[in-house]
Amino acid sequence: MLTCTNLTFAYNAQKQFSFPSFACNDGETLLILGNSGTGKTTLLHLLALLLQPKSGSIQINTEEFAQLSAKDAAKARATHLGIIYQKSHFVSSLSVLDNLLLANYLADKGLAKEKAVQLAQSLGFAELLDKKTTLLSGGEQQRVSIARALMNSPQVILADEPTSNLDDENCEKVIQLLESQSKNIGASLVIVTHDQRLKDKFSNKIILN
Amino acid sequence: MLLKISWKNILDKKLNSFLCVLLMTLGIAIISLLLLLGKQLQDKFAKNISGIDMVVGAKGSPLQLILSSVYQIDNPTGNVYLNDVQEIAQNPLVKEMIPLSMGDNYQGYRILGTNKKYFEHFKTKIATGAMFKKDLDVVLGAQVASSTGLKIGDTFSSSHGLDAAGEVHGDNKYKVVGILEFNNSVIDNLVLTSLNSVWHIHEHKEEHSEADADTTHHDEPTTEPEAEAQEAKREITSALIKFRSPMGLMSMPRNINQNSKLQAALPSIEVNRLFELLGIGIDGLQILAAVIMLISGISVFVSLYNSLKERKYEMALMLSMGASRTRLFLMLLLEGVLLSLFGFMAGVALSRIGIILISNQLSKKFHFDVSQMALQTGEIYLFIGALTIGILAAALPSINIYRLNISRTLAEE
Repeated sequence: MLTCTNLTFAYNAQKQFSFPSFACNDGETLLILGNSGTGKTTLLHLLALLLQPKSGSIQINTEEFAQLSAKDAAKARATHLGIIYQKSHFVSSLSVLDNLLLANYLADKGLAKEKAVQLAQSLGFAELLDKKTTLLSGGEQQRVSIARALMNSPQVILADEPTSNLDDENCEKVIQLLESQSKNIGASLVIVTHDQRLKDKFSNKIILN
Repeated sequence: MLLKISWKNILDKKLNSFLCVLLMTLGIAIISLLLLLGKQLQDKFAKNISGIDMVVGAKGSPLQLILSSVYQIDNPTGNVYLNDVQEIAQNPLVKEMIPLSMGDNYQGYRILGTNKKYFEHFKTKIATGAMFKKDLDVVLGAQVASSTGLKIGDTFSSSHGLDAAGEVHGDNKYKVVGILEFNNSVIDNLVLTSLNSVWHIHEHKEEHSEADADTTHHDEPTTEPEAEAQEAKREITSALIKFRSPMGLMSMPRNINQNSKLQAALPSIEVNRLFELLGIGIDGLQILAAVIMLISGISVFVSLYNSLKERKYEMALMLSMGASRTRLFLMLLLEGVLLSLFGFMAGVALSRIGIILISNQLSKKFHFDVSQMALQTGEIYLFIGALTIGILAAALPSINIYRLNISRTLAEE
């Protein structure tokens, strides 16, 4: 359960954002829609604890995360959050499998190789586990980054523009994957996008402007 | 896992890593080679010098006298009369005098006329055969025997002078009667015979060249009275002198140099002087090698700096996945450490290969002692130096990890 209330953020005196309050239950999906420049990425980074809000609160299961120190925020990210970035990035020298296990390692958890293989199977890239990430196609890379976000069974999954580069068919597929996978582990799924195709798929949504 | 990521990163940039390791290897190899060679040389010089307090010979360069008489590598300064030297040997401070007479060679190996004391000085033993008894009997050093292939009973003619191209004394042939055990000293490279043999060979030569009708000496001059009668005119090249007490060192050399036609030189002083001269060259090479190591450090620096710029997003990503900055810093540091570690190991290995090649090349004159293949103490400092360069070169660019703005980096891409 993710709850945000009265979040504000300021890059400087001119560039300030204040966001509406919202909440997202476990296993449910929240859509944050908005055009460029409306603070989508800022909000996502606030939720991802990469930026610290000026005021307001971010709670995951009633635990407060808004004003954590950088060190605690890093720890909280590793244990509570799974983040899927718009462009898939990996540690290029490592194989797909090692990139998945890296999520465990950086969160100081045991390396769950079985889980990685299982996720790869359900997301359909089991045969790619030993390959370098640079050899993967865009769609494959995205599925790998979804798997990586799930590796630590987070309570909240944040997805930044997961469908912007995809055609309608793949868009549908990825959204279904995201939804089913986060339901599976009982996580709140937050999708931040400008993609109008997703507008009617979700009931729980906020629109930034 | 940290090690694995560092390792994979190194493998991922094979050429860059190769360059870093190569430079480090060269630097380490040169320094370590110099250390080994220096130690070998010093050991060799020290071993041959031990026990010899003073060398007397003809006037000239003292260093030349030492090099020719103790190390058998330079030309002698000239000849002196045996009885002049024997006069010095009468001094109560002198414990032992070993006369040396040279002038001929066989295939570049010096034929040295001396007496049994020379063998005792080197504590060498006859491996096969026996000591020389008659004129023209010779005992071979181990190295001479193995490279010339001469065996006991073989005969050979010597060449005049100290290089193999000298005029051949064809009339009188030396006969091999014994071969020495390997001694790891100059004696290995010598053909040893009695003083009489050397005199004998040259007397004949002179007689022939003068075409003198007087043939009284032509009979084998093995009989003692005749040899003694000629002693006054006998010449030797130099003599090694051991003192009974250090008192000799204080008074005798000055006395000889000022009051006689002879020259006295002290091996310890001359060898120190030689090493001072050699030291300049060694120092120069060591500085060169240190510069190469430094360049290797710079190359690690540039390589990591560039790859860090490329991997900025990767770093931000790992930070967003919960990695601490210190952990990433350590990971990058580890890359530098690994590179310098490989460089060091390869360098040490290369220097050992180099020394084996060099000693094979020089085996005639310079026998390498394999027992010194172990790590030298100097190389431990070298190891610390290499590691420091690796760590510093990696730390400087990696410090940026602590300044990386995760949010902006992730948003920019």
